[in-house]
Amino acid sequence: MTVSSSSPRGDMLMMLGMIVAIVFGPIILAPFGAGYPDLMQKFAIYGIFAIGFNILFGLTGYLSFGHAAFLGVGSYSAVWMFKLLSMNVIPALILAILISGLFALVIGFITLRRSGIYFAILTLAFAQMSYNLAYSVLTPITNGETGLQLLLDDPRILDAPLASGDLPLANLFGLQMNSTYETSFLGMTLYFNAGYYLCGVILLVAFYFAMRIFRSPLGMMLKAIKSNQNRLNYTGVNTRPYTLTAFVISGIYAGLAGGLLACTDPLAGAERMQWTASGEVVLMTILGGAGTLLGPIIGAGAIKYFENIFSAFNESELNAVFSFLPDGLREAVVSVASTFVGEGWQLTLGVLFMLIVIFLPGGLLEGVRRILSLFNRPPGGGMEERSARVKSAA
Amino acid sequence: MGILNVSSINMHFGGLQALNNVNLDVRQGTVHAIIGPNGAGKSTLLNCFVGRLTPDTGVVDFDGISLIGLKPHEINQAGVSRVFQTPEIFGDLSLLENVMIPAFAKRDGSYRQNLWAPLRGESKIRERAMAALADVKMADKAGMIANTLSRGDKRRLELAMGLVQEPKLLLLDEPTAGMARADTNATIALLKEISATGLTMVIIEHDMHVVFSLAERITVLAQGTVIAEDEPAKIKGHPKVQEAYLGGTHS
Ligand SMILES: Nc1ncnc2c1ncn2[C@@H]1O[C@H](COP(=O)(O)OP(=O)(O)OP(=O)(O)O)[C@@H](O)[C@H]1O
Ligand SMILES: [Mg+2]
Repeated sequence: MTVSSSSPRGDMLMMLGMIVAIVFGPIILAPFGAGYPDLMQKFAIYGIFAIGFNILFGLTGYLSFGHAAFLGVGSYSAVWMFKLLSMNVIPALILAILISGLFALVIGFITLRRSGIYFAILTLAFAQMSYNLAYSVLTPITNGETGLQLLLDDPRILDAPLASGDLPLANLFGLQMNSTYETSFLGMTLYFNAGYYLCGVILLVAFYFAMRIFRSPLGMMLKAIKSNQNRLNYTGVNTRPYTLTAFVISGIYAGLAGGLLACTDPLAGAERMQWTASGEVVLMTILGGAGTLLGPIIGAGAIKYFENIFSAFNESELNAVFSFLPDGLREAVVSVASTFVGEGWQLTLGVLFMLIVIFLPGGLLEGVRRILSLFNRPPGGGMEERSARVKSAA
Repeated sequence: MGILNVSSINMHFGGLQALNNVNLDVRQGTVHAIIGPNGAGKSTLLNCFVGRLTPDTGVVDFDGISLIGLKPHEINQAGVSRVFQTPEIFGDLSLLENVMIPAFAKRDGSYRQNLWAPLRGESKIRERAMAALADVKMADKAGMIANTLSRGDKRRLELAMGLVQEPKLLLLDEPTAGMARADTNATIALLKEISATGLTMVIIEHDMHVVFSLAERITVLAQGTVIAEDEPAKIKGHPKVQEAYLGGTHS
């Protein structure tokens, strides 16, 4: 993605592609068994998380191992807004953005004094501290292990009093997040869900904003920091405010994603801040292609999709899948395979990740590019291909 | 009083006295060469000018301000650009980007958000960068990734990165090392042109052909000490200089 290879037309096509994919998401994903609201919301939300993370990691070269802390902060902020003010998602998301941005400003200010492995460890330490605080000192805010939940007697000062004894639902000016229009199409059930479309629209805005950053002078400075921070200092640039800008933007993206998680399921728990969650977004970004625009979204989608498939399998289903094998062999195969599914899905993820890093260091997006270049070799395409390879080696 | 006044610089690394009471006075609009055998302390001296090293003692005054204690980016913003001995470039960016970055630093100062203006709308910066690349005869390679260049070409790229900032003082640490003869001559011609515009330059160089083609004044360093400072014609026959070079490690 050098200056020369990004054309206004290419960007517009990419935006159009995103719009089509999001609008027709329920139809496109249905044949893969992924067209139901819960999962589609996750695709969009973790897509936002990964896009933001990529601005810090892919663009600026700072590997944070603590970004789930901002996800958690966003969720808590949103739920508090639901409890105190209104079930409308707008104030909830605004608070999620503000608080996570503020949090990122403080944490970034401290951790960005170091780079490389020390920065990674500092961010990890901060996230773990937040996680532990959520369980201890901060229980009045986080409600400890139970998690922060909506209660019938929450003030909700802007909302009308509830008619029935049911808990209220998150809504966008009355449009409830769980309202879904179901229809049948070619024998599949399609779900058009309000919560999904809210997340989708925000994903679109988040993607557009990231694209502007990639194509701006700021984006070029961030790439220069990744490439040779030292040189940039001798070029008259004070790199600290730039890295802090990138850190705060990525923290806000994470907070926004956390806020959306609360909008689709109004509950916030500290496990959202655990280091495994921070590691997951690193995997998503690398798996899809760090430093590229689309890669993180693809990575987030791939991980959430396979998580959904693999973690749903259990032993009896495996037995059914391998029923064509003779009994003794089947038991052996099933006992091996079962370590990779259900709770063991993380093991599959680990293997998948290793394969990608070893054989496709540029991520899934590079895989797609390689396959495409097999089919159409444009005249003079060699140079671009080489520059792509040079980038991925960095 | 020149544009760059350096006096009584001392700098040591462990037990090694790398710079020993060095004085230097660079006059506005001149090309001042620093020569000396390997390990004489030439690069160390430049490092003291740009904020990479802080000397143990001494004064570095540039254009009325003291550079001691300033951060590298502040020194650059004050008007000092440097070309490094081992090429320091943005290896995985294109040549055009490599030159646009210093151009932005010159226009925007050490930090500006500037995140909503698309890069392709920055036609002035792009033109200036292309002009600087054309100056070093690399305009045709603008789209290439900088890491793929030869060592000599990386040096010319760094020269363009310095020139695009239109500095008041350009520090060049062996600008022609690794270049083919033809490129060296082209670089000499280019530096002559630049010098004619009145830019002050400090140049470290082992290639005497380059030194005597460009320099109006020469300082000779040996083992951290200034052993001579004079016009080129007088330096040539200077007995101490002959001795330092014959006794030095440089062939
Ligand atoms: N950061 C450092 N730490 C320790 N010693 C250093 C450091 N930088 C330079 N030196 C030593 O200081 C002396 C002067 O080094 P310097 O690089 O300034 O020499 P130079 O004149 O530029 O030589 P050359 O012509 O080889 O570039 C050398 O002996 C070198 O080993
Ligand atoms: Mg040197």
